[in-house]
Amino acid sequence: MEMPVPDTTILSKKARIVERLLQVLPKTAVIHDEAETKAYECDALTAYKCPPLAAVLPSTTEEVAAVLKICHQENVPVVPRGAGTSLAGGALPTADSVILGTARMNQVLETDYDNRFIRVQTGRTNLSVTGAVEEEDFFYAPDPSSQLACAIAGNIAMNSGGAHCLKYGVTTNNLLGVKMVMIDGTIVDIGGAHLDAGGLDLLGVICGSEGQLGVVTEATLRILRKPEGARPVLMGFNDNEVAGACVADIIKAGVLPVAIEFMDRPCIEACEAFARAGYPMCEALLIVEVEGSDAEIDEQLSVIMDIARKHNPVELREAKDADEAGRIWLGRKSAFGAMGQINDYMCLDGTIPVSSLPYVLKRIGEMSKDYGLDVANVFHAGDGNMHPLILFNANEPGQLELCEKLGADILRLCVEAGGCLTGEHGVGIEKRDLMFDQFSGDDLEAQMAVKDVFDPKWLLNPAKVFPLSASQSRRVQPVAAE
Amino acid sequence: MISPATETELAEAVASAKGPLRIMGGGTRPIGKPVAGQVLSTRGLSGIELYEPGALTIVVKAGTPVAEVESALAAENQRLPFEPMDHRGLLGTEGDPTIGGVAAANVSGPRRIQAGACRDYMLGVRFVDGTGTVVKNGGRVMKNVTGYDLVKLMAGSYGTLGVLSEVSLKVLPQTDTQATLMIHNLSDSHAVQAMSAALGSPYEVTAAAHTPFSMMGDRAMTMLRLEGFEQSVKYRTDQLKDVLASFGDITVEDDPDKSAAIWKASRDVMGFKQAEGDVWRISVKPTDAPDIAAKLTDTKIFYDWGGGLIWALVTQGTDVRAALNEFDGHATLIRASEETRHQMAVFHPEPAPVAMISKGLRDRFDPNNILNTGLMA
Repeated sequence: MEMPVPDTTILSKKARIVERLLQVLPKTAVIHDEAETKAYECDALTAYKCPPLAAVLPSTTEEVAAVLKICHQENVPVVPRGAGTSLAGGALPTADSVILGTARMNQVLETDYDNRFIRVQTGRTNLSVTGAVEEEDFFYAPDPSSQLACAIAGNIAMNSGGAHCLKYGVTTNNLLGVKMVMIDGTIVDIGGAHLDAGGLDLLGVICGSEGQLGVVTEATLRILRKPEGARPVLMGFNDNEVAGACVADIIKAGVLPVAIEFMDRPCIEACEAFARAGYPMCEALLIVEVEGSDAEIDEQLSVIMDIARKHNPVELREAKDADEAGRIWLGRKSAFGAMGQINDYMCLDGTIPVSSLPYVLKRIGEMSKDYGLDVANVFHAGDGNMHPLILFNANEPGQLELCEKLGADILRLCVEAGGCLTGEHGVGIEKRDLMFDQFSGDDLEAQMAVKDVFDPKWLLNPAKVFPLSASQSRRVQPVAAE
Repeated sequence: MISPATETELAEAVASAKGPLRIMGGGTRPIGKPVAGQVLSTRGLSGIELYEPGALTIVVKAGTPVAEVESALAAENQRLPFEPMDHRGLLGTEGDPTIGGVAAANVSGPRRIQAGACRDYMLGVRFVDGTGTVVKNGGRVMKNVTGYDLVKLMAGSYGTLGVLSEVSLKVLPQTDTQATLMIHNLSDSHAVQAMSAALGSPYEVTAAAHTPFSMMGDRAMTMLRLEGFEQSVKYRTDQLKDVLASFGDITVEDDPDKSAAIWKASRDVMGFKQAEGDVWRISVKPTDAPDIAAKLTDTKIFYDWGGGLIWALVTQGTDVRAALNEFDGHATLIRASEETRHQMAVFHPEPAPVAMISKGLRDRFDPNNILNTGLMA
């Protein structure tokens, strides 16, 4: 993965930049020692590493503003970082950049049950937002699988999803407002506890902009009352196509499950070996979860199971209680861990129209054979968000490159099938160079025009999202002599 | 009037425009500052491109009538979840509302409070920017974070950033049945409390409105809608009655057609249809709503979205924004004479740094300033 050559002018004035940062932040909030900056050299895409020039950990919006003002004046790129759980390299620094971490901004600022929102500082973790409202039986809906660790800042940057999006939507559907610091230090409030925008929907374009438009320091999030209960049913099929048809029939029947998860044989086998959840050995396994009171759940599950029966499942297992529900989810929730035990893996998240599922799975199987790399599929079937896991051995020379090549081919396949490169992880550096497979030059130009408006000098997370060739003229600007 | 039949023709029309263009779909929503210029109609771009009920997605050309989309969905027992308002009654307009118009104005109805707005169901767009360049963004899948979300930016931009040529939408199953719970004679603040209690319950209330004046009778009425399978609606009706017992006597309209009629009238703000005066749409934090309403004298109020949406009928030429001063939110002038719309900001004035961003975006997407020039100014 190519990254821009670090700007030697910036590297040479590190001492001055650090000194200026220390003037606006406490000593402990500026990390510049080479041994310590290494802690920020990568995110969860660990194949790529580069320690930043420095890392700062501001505690307030005003401190963030002061930092950005300095970086703006000094023309130093800034890479915002939530919890560093990005799978796409969204928080990967360059040697000439300052990492701006939100970790110390983790307070709950306001909880309002009557109006159903919570206002938090964005360094707060996803799960702890729900934690803050749980005692009143409320929750924050988007639930990325990294929710224990990932920060709201990163969720907003990547417009994170999760398993329950089919019913509750993704981050953008649950974000009501932000306080954001622009690259020049200006603080803006966009949205709030009310609904929808009074003018252009700037909130909508900020969410998912991968830290390229501003640094969001506070967020107003919609909270919901927890359903009375939830229960899954597990079904196994001997054919991917049949499982896909079953998903479509369930959706068409008018029941709206909160989650429909799909696992293919390689994934089932790995999970079974790892977690012993008691899954049937078959080609495709679905976990369908519905919510409501006990009677409502019974009613919905009976509709769903009737549909499943028409597709001749090899297994149909309804959770009768919390323990059985837990067992059904056990394998799915340990899927990534199970894969990690077997091998190194790369996790993609291309999304496809649900109707293309059987075709795409078949093609992935063929590609996997061609490349000689195993691929396991586990994904959110209701919304077509695939998660092919490509297994490889990072210690074997050439395997990472081979794996990336297969990954790129799979993502191109998703686009060809009518889908997209990434459903919830973001582009980062990982899919940056594939953007021309999904977008025309004009399409990307329109997106880059938005960045031009928010960040005219292209200092915020500049080497991400857009192919370097496309963003070159914007990133490398003639700097006025000082 | 220019009426392109294809996206290519649309792009050519914009590229070769000699002056300002007035973008029009069905022409049923004359909202915003009156715009001069040659009419560019999207009605020639019509038809459902793709509909996959099993994937809950539909792709529609922008000029397609909403009615055509709704009937295609109804045939598969599905619907537009955001329940778009029909402005014809309130604004006294005629014609066929188009899906492009719904998207361009981000039009939602009572279900917005629970299911989300039009923008939340927009999966993808194709549009022509002010230079005549065709741009696509998003797609037709439910989860998509590939690049910036210009879909949201286009939603509610009233044709000022680009002319929509195609919209992809997420749809949802139609529900089996519905019922409406009604509480009578509550004060505005009690009504908002009741609606907050209902919306904060686990019973999935899909609409909550309050009318302090007679819309369907002679008394104030607070209305809550439940939708779903019959047994489930029955169960939740009973549970909700318990939750709200302290607010007063509750009557239930469990005839689904009658319940639907209540919400259609609410959606289209039929209570203001015949009345003289300007109509404002004010989006606020629900519990602030009664205090804001109290500051508006000589005003008829209708609350939707649990109080979060105030519809205000005021004397011609009144600016309601003074009442909003200390509160979070925004007000849009929906119905007023051309003269009033010329004089008063139709859309809520933005703080300077935000206004600068909006202006910057307009300058980039429409550098010659020809698309619905000044409509949102």
